[in-house]
Amino acid sequence: MYKGYAVNNNVQDKNLLEGLAAQDKASIEIIYRDNFQMVQTMVLNNRGTTDDAADIFQEAMIVLFEKSIDSDFVLTCQIKTYLYSVSRRIWLKKLQKQKRTASHTDDFEQVVQVDEDLDEHKQKQVSFEIMETALAKIGDPCKSLLEAYYIQKKQMHQIAAEFNYTNADNAKTQKYKCLVRLKKIFFAEYKNLK
Amino acid sequence: MEDTLLFDAVERFLNQEMTAQELFYFEEMRKNNAEFDQQVVEMIYFIQELNKFGTQKSLRHILIETENKLSEEGAISRDPLKGKAKVIFLWNRYKRTIAVAASIAVIVSITCATIIASFSGNKQNNIKPLVEKLKEQDVKYKKLEKQIGKLKDATENQIVAEKPRLESKFRATGFMIDVNNNYIVTNAHVLNEAPHQLIVENNKGEQYLAESVYVNPESDLAVIKITDKDFKKIPALPFSIRKNNADLGEQVFILGYPKQEIVYGEGYISAQNGYQMDTIFCQLSTLANEGNSGSPVFNNNGEIVGVISSKEADAEGVVYAIKAANIYNAIHEMRKVKENSDIKITAKPILRKTDRITQIKKVQDYVFMIKGN
Repeated sequence: MYKGYAVNNNVQDKNLLEGLAAQDKASIEIIYRDNFQMVQTMVLNNRGTTDDAADIFQEAMIVLFEKSIDSDFVLTCQIKTYLYSVSRRIWLKKLQKQKRTASHTDDFEQVVQVDEDLDEHKQKQVSFEIMETALAKIGDPCKSLLEAYYIQKKQMHQIAAEFNYTNADNAKTQKYKCLVRLKKIFFAEYKNLK
Repeated sequence: MEDTLLFDAVERFLNQEMTAQELFYFEEMRKNNAEFDQQVVEMIYFIQELNKFGTQKSLRHILIETENKLSEEGAISRDPLKGKAKVIFLWNRYKRTIAVAASIAVIVSITCATIIASFSGNKQNNIKPLVEKLKEQDVKYKKLEKQIGKLKDATENQIVAEKPRLESKFRATGFMIDVNNNYIVTNAHVLNEAPHQLIVENNKGEQYLAESVYVNPESDLAVIKITDKDFKKIPALPFSIRKNNADLGEQVFILGYPKQEIVYGEGYISAQNGYQMDTIFCQLSTLANEGNSGSPVFNNNGEIVGVISSKEADAEGVVYAIKAANIYNAIHEMRKVKENSDIKITAKPILRKTDRITQIKKVQDYVFMIKGN
C-alpha cells in the first residue's frame, strides 16, 4: 500500500481545505465536483448502491472537515487521496458488518492510512448522536429554539420574533431554561451509554 | 447561582463578552469554590459539545444542498456507470442470483421476479414468503393510531417527547435469542424489504431501532440487533432452542404478527423436509399469513423448533419453517466476526409441563414485529 506522507504543497488543496473549515459553499462544491464520482465508482464496484455512495461521501467530507478545523492538522496527501482512503475504509467496514465481502478491492487510486482519523471521528460521532437523541427528547419549542440558535446561528432578536417572544431577553431566558433541560438529558444519556 | 443564570454567565465567558470586572469576579469564584468551578467546567464542556453538534449539522445541511444542486446540474450523476464499470457492477450485484438461477436451471415467470429475487432465488413461484407489505390504508390507520396515542398522552398530562414513528412498508415477525446483547432472529428475505431503516416493535407498539448483523439467504435466516439506547433489557429467555429435528407429528404452536397485534396459531410437523426436499426446512400443517415471516415455532415444551419462512401459495395450510438447528449454525458463523462474538443463548427453559396459556404469557414478550422501509 502506498503511504503518501510527503507534505502536500498543493496551493489549491490548501485553499479548499480552508474553505471547507469555514463551511464555504463554493469550496465544498468544488470538492464535491472533483471527487464524488470517484468515490461513487468505488462503492458501486464494491456491491454498493448510489445511495450508499452518497452517504459514504458525506461521511468522508465530515471526517475531512473535522481535520480541517484542527489547527495541528497538515494534509500530507492530496484531498482526493484522503477522501478516497477514508471512503474506502468506511465502506469496507460497512460491508464487513453486513457480512458481504468486497469483490473488487484492487485500487485505482492511491491509499493512505486513515484508521486513526476514523477512530477519532467515531468517538466524536458518539457525542453527536447523544446530542441528537437528547434534542429529540426535549421536544418543542425547546428543540426548535436551540436549533435556531446553535445550528442556524440566528440572532436572539430574530428568534424572539419567530417564536413570538415579546423581546430578545425573554427568548434568551427561555433558551437558558431549555439548555438546563437539555444538559440534564444529555448527561443522563451519556451515563446510560457507559 | 441558578442554573439558567450560570449558563448565561458561562456562555458570555466563552464568547468573551464579560466586562473586566465581571470576569474578575467569575474567576475568583471559580478559584474559591470547587463545586462552582466543577459546574462551570461541566457547562463549558456541554456548550462546546452543543456547538460542535450545531457545526456538524449545518455542514451536513450544506453537503446535502451541494449534492442536490450538482445532481440537478448533471455535474455529478446518480446513474453514472457506463461500459465496463456497469457490467462489473451488475455482475457483482446479481452474481448470487445468477448463480442460483443457473444451478436450478428452471425458468420462472418474470411477473414474480421481485418476489423471487427477494426470496433468495432458489424457490419457484408457487411458494411465497410471508412478509406483509403494508398498504396505504394501514399506514393511514397507523397515523390515526398515533393521533389517538398523542391524545391519550395529552390527557394523562405527560410531557414526554414522542419519538417520531416509522411508517413501515411491511410487517414481519422476529424473536429474541440473546437478551444481554439484544439479538433477534428473523428471515433473511424480510431484510430485503428494509434497505434503509430497520425497526423492532413490541406488542405495546413501542419502536426501537435495529440493524442487521447476519444474513444468510440460503437458510433464509437473519439476525438483527436492537441498537436503540431506549430499549430496556428484558429478563432471561424462558425458552430454549432445539438442536435436533422436531419429530413427525409433533404438536407445535406459533406466535407472530400477521396483524398489528400478536396472533397465536396451532399445528403439527407434517414433514421433515421442506419444499422440494430442502433439508434446511421442515413442513408444518398450520395456518400462517403474511406478516408471519420470522415467527417462532414452539413445541409443547416451549422449545423453539423452527422459524416460519414461507407457505405454499396454492395449497392451504402447507407452511415451511427453517429448522431450529440452523439458528445455531448462524450463531456459530456470527461468532467468527469480532463485533458479534458476544452472542450467547442463555435460556432458562421453564415452560416444560406448564399449560399453554402460561407458556404464551411467558414467551410473547420475546416476539417482536419487524418493520422498516
